[in-house]
Amino acid sequence: MEELKKEKKSKIIDALLKNRSYLTVEDPLENELILNMGPQHPATHGVLRLVLRLDGETVIKGIAELGYLHRGYEKLAENMTYLEYIPHTDRLDYTSTMCNNVAYVLAVEKLAGIEIPKRAAYIRMIVAELSRIAGHLIAVGTFVMDVGAVTGFMWAFREREKIQEIFDRVAGARFTTSYTRIGGVASDFDDEAIAMTRKFIDEFLPALDEFEKLINTNKIFLDRVEGIGYLSKEDAIELGVTGPNLRGSGVEYDVRKAKPYLCYDEIDFKVPVYYEGDCLARYFVRLDEMRESCKIILQCLEKMPPGPILANDPKKVLPGKTEIYTRMEELIHDFMLVNFGMNPPEGDIFFSAENPKGELGFYIVSQGKGFPYKLKIRSPSFCNLQALEKIIQGAMISDVVAIIGSLDPVMGEADK
Amino acid sequence: MNVKILIIEKLKENFSESIEKIEEYRDDLSISINSEKLLQVCNFLKSDPELQFIMCKDITAIDWAKKDYRFEVVYHIYSFKLNYTLRLKTKIKDPDEGIESAYSVWQSANWYERETYDMYGIKFKNHPDLRRMYMPEYFEYYPLRKDFPLLGIPGSLPLPKK
Amino acid sequence: MGISCCAIEMMSAVDPKYDMSRFGSEVMRFTPRQCDLMIVAGTVTYKMSHVVRKIYDQMPDPKWVIAMGVCTSTGGMYRTYSVVQGIDQFLPVDVYVSGCPPRPENLINALLEIQKKVEKTKARDFQDAR
Repeated sequence: MEELKKEKKSKIIDALLKNRSYLTVEDPLENELILNMGPQHPATHGVLRLVLRLDGETVIKGIAELGYLHRGYEKLAENMTYLEYIPHTDRLDYTSTMCNNVAYVLAVEKLAGIEIPKRAAYIRMIVAELSRIAGHLIAVGTFVMDVGAVTGFMWAFREREKIQEIFDRVAGARFTTSYTRIGGVASDFDDEAIAMTRKFIDEFLPALDEFEKLINTNKIFLDRVEGIGYLSKEDAIELGVTGPNLRGSGVEYDVRKAKPYLCYDEIDFKVPVYYEGDCLARYFVRLDEMRESCKIILQCLEKMPPGPILANDPKKVLPGKTEIYTRMEELIHDFMLVNFGMNPPEGDIFFSAENPKGELGFYIVSQGKGFPYKLKIRSPSFCNLQALEKIIQGAMISDVVAIIGSLDPVMGEADK
Repeated sequence: MNVKILIIEKLKENFSESIEKIEEYRDDLSISINSEKLLQVCNFLKSDPELQFIMCKDITAIDWAKKDYRFEVVYHIYSFKLNYTLRLKTKIKDPDEGIESAYSVWQSANWYERETYDMYGIKFKNHPDLRRMYMPEYFEYYPLRKDFPLLGIPGSLPLPKK
Repeated sequence: MGISCCAIEMMSAVDPKYDMSRFGSEVMRFTPRQCDLMIVAGTVTYKMSHVVRKIYDQMPDPKWVIAMGVCTSTGGMYRTYSVVQGIDQFLPVDVYVSGCPPRPENLINALLEIQKKVEKTKARDFQDAR
């Protein structure tokens, strides 16, 4: 095993040296250095390993190695029921946890053909947009911290704590919530939570203005970030990049407008697009998206109707607690659903939703049993990291840090 | 409705002998194609001016655990013009022989095919850099196949000593 | 060592609401050569375990380890082929923190436990290589 390890480890170095990039080096024996920006590094967001081939300080070619957080999600899904898998989807993109829950549950509902009540749809939208703000706050906060402005990180986290208090009130957990259920949501959005949300938005918009005033016109920040990491429109589409990275390069593609799910077609909001394609454009896209999310939340709070929060489909949806304790039929359904799972018809579907990082897609193949035959997660960070190898060619090594920060990968998602 | 009919008509007039099955389930169209003609179909779908399927969203495989044609490779491709996601499937007989890589058509197929090779063991011909993606290089098995247990095979991955 | 989801709660423990610098541990250095305490936060896979061990070996004596979250204590909710079922299989651990992820107050409690343990340890315990 030890000899096997040593012999096969050099495959990465072979791949690094094999394909020449478009840059030439006059004396390759003198200036070249192979640098390992290893899994444990303060600036790679999580456990991403980059092996770089440098000429002085310029990167000739870089190769990303993933797999340090591979937890076997797809194999796990083949052994669990659809309901048991919901806590696992929390930990995919762990910066915005509610969005993953919503996307997974929508995919299963598409497969099984369940309709959800209106109030549940609005609650899911509010929670997903709050989660989007939380995810973008981490992205922007760590991006400016990597570039040098550490204060931005502290201010972003201060706002994020308020969102986590709202989640604590509604779902019972600050962080990994598992709030949605197949057919609706787990508990209701009561009046105090609505008051907390309004108060949060009242305080958030001035705080965001203060943040922008501090950072956007700072000369050091602009020098470090403007013109760095250019990704052209055709390259972005060719490499499968989605989300704010694609919108920073000039393509107006947002799943909420292209294939509206939940009630997004009844809400009025804009999709911010910038055409420069560098790190600064992607940063501006995220800031603007946070403001649009606030608008969406306010409109949803106006339009939310009263009513039930779980669909009334006893063979597929778990009934409420009071009914289980008092009536016989609900008890039997609950037992069957928890132990054997709901049985959707045979077939396969692909469903995608708009996460803060990009487009999260689920491809589920069902053979009529309680657990899926195959579940594939199309994670946005995995596809965005593919573009990294193209962007860093020719950049300086200190720009690599800014580029990774602006692409914003989350390794829990990229490694599944 | 028109989008699906348009795609099916266009494919039938050019490649009618390689289409094996057309299925539709919950508003999703999926077309099964013979594995030899797959690359030509992909090139056609990308370059045709009315269809323009320029983004490849995902490539994966399914292990049916049958004797014949055990694996099936699934492609999801998207067209901005028609705003539609199409699914293409092909069955392959032998994973060691594999099928042609789609890297020449869409560059994003690079990492997707590496992941499929890592998890299922399906080799892709003419792929620029076919290495393992998630598992370490010296790992000998293919995790997502149905005969690999969930808990893993003890001893296949070494730990450092205490 | 911020590996996965617990790292976000570790960052929350340092932010203005659950300030960890009140208890005397403000400085989070980026190099292991100057540290006394290693907090392993996040799921450790077999591929990552060699890296964690390497960093532990780079720390100078005396050193302590906090295993944060259930993924590091016993493998957590991942009973699969690639996750190490508990980092005490290759590292000596001093304090285990449970929770998925543990609340920041829980992590600060663990820090105080380590401080109590440090008061009781004598330098003689670290003389043999561990």
